[in-house]
Amino acid sequence: MSDTADVDGSLLRALAPEVLNVLVRRGADFATAEDALQEAIVKALKAWPDDPPRDPKGWLITVAWHAFVDLARSESARRGRELRVDAQPRAGEVPSVDDTLRLYFLCAHPALSPASAVALTLRAVGGLTTAQIAQAYLVPEATMAQRISRAKRTVSALDLDQPGDLATVMHVLYLVFNEGYSGDVDLAAEAIRLTRQLATMSDDPEVAGLLALMLLHHARRSARTRPDGTLVTLAEQDRRRWDETLISEGVVLLQAALARDRLGPYQAQAAIAALHADARRVEETDWVQIVGWYDELLRLTDSPVVRLNRAVAVGEADGAPSGLAALAEVPADFPRRSAVAAHLHERNGDLRTAARLYAEAARDSPSEQERARQTRQAARVNQLLREETIG
Amino acid sequence: MAKYLLLKHYRGAPNAVNDVPMDQWTPDEVDAHIQFMNDFAARLEGTGEYVDGQALSPEGMWVRSDGSGKPPVTDGPFAETKDLIAGWMVIDVDSKERAIELAGQLSSAPGAGGEPIHEWLEVRPFLEYAPTVTE
Repeated sequence: MSDTADVDGSLLRALAPEVLNVLVRRGADFATAEDALQEAIVKALKAWPDDPPRDPKGWLITVAWHAFVDLARSESARRGRELRVDAQPRAGEVPSVDDTLRLYFLCAHPALSPASAVALTLRAVGGLTTAQIAQAYLVPEATMAQRISRAKRTVSALDLDQPGDLATVMHVLYLVFNEGYSGDVDLAAEAIRLTRQLATMSDDPEVAGLLALMLLHHARRSARTRPDGTLVTLAEQDRRRWDETLISEGVVLLQAALARDRLGPYQAQAAIAALHADARRVEETDWVQIVGWYDELLRLTDSPVVRLNRAVAVGEADGAPSGLAALAEVPADFPRRSAVAAHLHERNGDLRTAARLYAEAARDSPSEQERARQTRQAARVNQLLREETIG
Repeated sequence: MAKYLLLKHYRGAPNAVNDVPMDQWTPDEVDAHIQFMNDFAARLEGTGEYVDGQALSPEGMWVRSDGSGKPPVTDGPFAETKDLIAGWMVIDVDSKERAIELAGQLSSAPGAGGEPIHEWLEVRPFLEYAPTVTE
């Protein structure tokens, strides 16, 4: 490891929570220590490519500690108080797994808004720079910096003796994963890395379920978009391009989690993803079992999005009329409802209604990719209708 | 350099020459249009003239304050007659002529029958910062 140039910064990011913990153990307050870590990371990204350190962790701790001393000194000077920190670090104890887990809980504290928790987790636990996070979320760096310092002010004021909330941590990681990919930081990969780390610290089967869910979806990534950026639906994907290694890892994790008989929403969603992964051709999909898992999911967490996806599965398992009946339970203005309705009406042979609904789906699309796709669907069905009239 | 905002309208602009709703095109014509738009933005990035761009949902509402302590008043969805912006692109170009040239190219995106749409785009110069040298 000592000779690794770490050009992609992955080693650096992996070391971030450990370094932060060392600083906190030496008596640094979380907010200042986190700023100091950020300074050290920015310096490392500049220095390491040309001059890789022999001991990356030691390098980071030293640089971060100096940054902390500087920050604390200027802070205490500002307040007109005596400097309370020693310029020389005390012999640092090795931070334990519990310390890192505590960092996860702190950065994804329920008192924070999801956007703040995401930003703080990516920076303090994930070791990303403010610039990288800002770029990934398409906001100016100053905005992201402000969001992070506000989040730190919020957590600094909290009583941290209470047990952490694992559900919030998982939700934050799920949000990061779902944001996908933009800029030079791969948020999906970062979310997987952080969830992997969380899974080594928590034996909750839902953490394993979340990791399995991420791996199974990540496995389809290269098949999910065309070179021009347009979406390829699950049914249209070239399944030979799915990543078998990720799929098997996800399936093994999921099976072990399910065997513990403490089902939760992430395990149920992972089970659905695993059933899709299991079908080598779309025609081989076990829709009956998938509907069964959606029923479980409804029982665990009833929401319009679950009902919408269930209606798709019911349409495949029992035919379009049953799917349309299931769709009746989804609110009329719910996003993507008209797209699903259009698909079911088309399968039911009602092209005229399908064309109208695809056009409606295009108009109401929440994303440009989805809009392009639904417009194309409307165009396709309208073309079929024209040919029908001529023929 | 001068920045210009190019505005595309869902409605409210004069009618395009090739004015057929997109869902009445063939799928290949839809693909060709999307390809053209992607290529256009990529080309402007290549020439160093692209700043930013975004498509907007047709949904939205009017909002105004109703005084302190009261929630804001909203009015929506928009009436069918309202001028409605579909998206915007900011370009940073050497001259007004160049802005017009680029807007013309964007307006020639292919539509129904593979023919250019010739839609009307709104071209608006930014108000600039006051210059340093004023005399």
